[in-house]
Amino acid sequence: MKRQAVSNAHAAYLRRIRRDARTVRLLRIALLLGFLLLWELGADLRWFDPFILSSPSRAFGTIARLYRDGSLWLHIGTTLLETVLGFLLGTVLGALLAVLLWWMPRLNRILDPYLVVLNALPKIALGPVLIVWIGAGMASIVVMGVLVSLIVTTVTVLNGFLAATDEKQLLMRTLGATKLQTFCKVVLPGGVPDLISALKISVGMSWVGVIVGEYLVSKAGLGYLIVYGGQVFKLDLVMASVIILCVLAALMYYAVAFLEKKVRR
Amino acid sequence: MQSELLTFSDVSLSYYTVEGETTAIQNLNMTVNDGEFLAIVGPSGCGKTTVLSLIMGLLKPSKGSIRFSAPDLRLGYMLQRDHLLDHRTVEKNVLLGLEVQHRLTEESRARAIGLLDRYGLGSFRTYKPAQLSGGMRQKVALIRTLALEPDLLLLDEPFSALDYQTRLNLSDEVYRIIRGEHKSAILVTHDISEAVSMADRVAVFSARPARLKEMINIGFPAVLSPLERRKQPDFHDYFDRIWKELQP
Repeated sequence: MKRQAVSNAHAAYLRRIRRDARTVRLLRIALLLGFLLLWELGADLRWFDPFILSSPSRAFGTIARLYRDGSLWLHIGTTLLETVLGFLLGTVLGALLAVLLWWMPRLNRILDPYLVVLNALPKIALGPVLIVWIGAGMASIVVMGVLVSLIVTTVTVLNGFLAATDEKQLLMRTLGATKLQTFCKVVLPGGVPDLISALKISVGMSWVGVIVGEYLVSKAGLGYLIVYGGQVFKLDLVMASVIILCVLAALMYYAVAFLEKKVRR
Repeated sequence: MQSELLTFSDVSLSYYTVEGETTAIQNLNMTVNDGEFLAIVGPSGCGKTTVLSLIMGLLKPSKGSIRFSAPDLRLGYMLQRDHLLDHRTVEKNVLLGLEVQHRLTEESRARAIGLLDRYGLGSFRTYKPAQLSGGMRQKVALIRTLALEPDLLLLDEPFSALDYQTRLNLSDEVYRIIRGEHKSAILVTHDISEAVSMADRVAVFSARPARLKEMINIGFPAVLSPLERRKQPDFHDYFDRIWKELQP
């Protein structure tokens, strides 16, 4: 998207902005490369023990090995599936709960203290309970992902709905609108920005829930690799998994951000 | 002889808070005539807006009754703030009331868009409210109200959120639009000159609980615009009379 300059001064201004953006981009890449380089160098020159801290080459070597023996996709796929499921379920259920609470202000008032407590509670504490109730399988992990993202989604979306309602309610009453019309025409479209920011929060939350779930019970997945690697002192495996997690979490976050751009136009 | 559009008989309204009971309106008797432009002035917080809410049916009188000349009298309410929906275009905002009341047809849509064209907003149809100035937004809000083809317009301090220049220009324009569409209107305002410059009659309310203190006929010919009225020699006489009535 290149803008035409309207004058020489404007052209200089545009050049300055582009140069600035380029510098920021370059520095970002330099920071990453510098970090990796230092890490590698430190391991090679024995500034620290690579057995404890691993090194980029060893971590990427581990990823390549996992790829060759075919288990890479199994672990990525397992974790990704759990996270996407947890994220979608958490978001949909959270949004539906928010709609219900908006629709019934009395219910909202009754449940308010419970929501506050549930929101403050570290959901991870429920992990052992889930395993007992649901069993040591993927279902427990997904439920963990849902739990961690559910309440925060509800609270964020509900606040968005209430803010969108506030003043416009009077207008809709003077027009003779029903509650459903107010919801469809004012509250829902007005709450979309908050819905999106809830997505951004809950996408991160779901990763937390799923990885913790995998720590507790799992036979595959990145969280499993991390715990396993830690237990048998294969720090290369731990670092490799963390690197993959970084990439995946970033990709999912940017997918949501892309969706946001689409929706806001 | 003008026919009556609606009549307040002995209307009182109380509302309750934790602190106690407040009487907002006490024994209000008032008539609004068909085709007239009535202004209501009064000290702030005296219950002027409550009168509009009563007419609109948003509140029920505690005592007394409001009688409409026709049961199907159509009302249009214009609020102090424009309340345009940010996610809708100007055109979609104007059609909101019709949509809500299931009256959106090819014909009513064409009429609403015709109003936008006629009052200089035609080229902004696809704009979002955020791209318009305060005065234009308020005009869109007026057209949203007019699109419902109301018989009686209720204007609740529609200009008070605007700067002085815009307020004068817009009140001129709104006056022209309301007269041009042959509507009756009730304007609630705390601005005496605004009331005198626009209304056929000015109802002066007392401080709370609101009672009708005085009904003043404004003798300007309807062809004069608010700005022209402001230049009339007797404009200040009306102003002074209302000013004195408003003194406690």
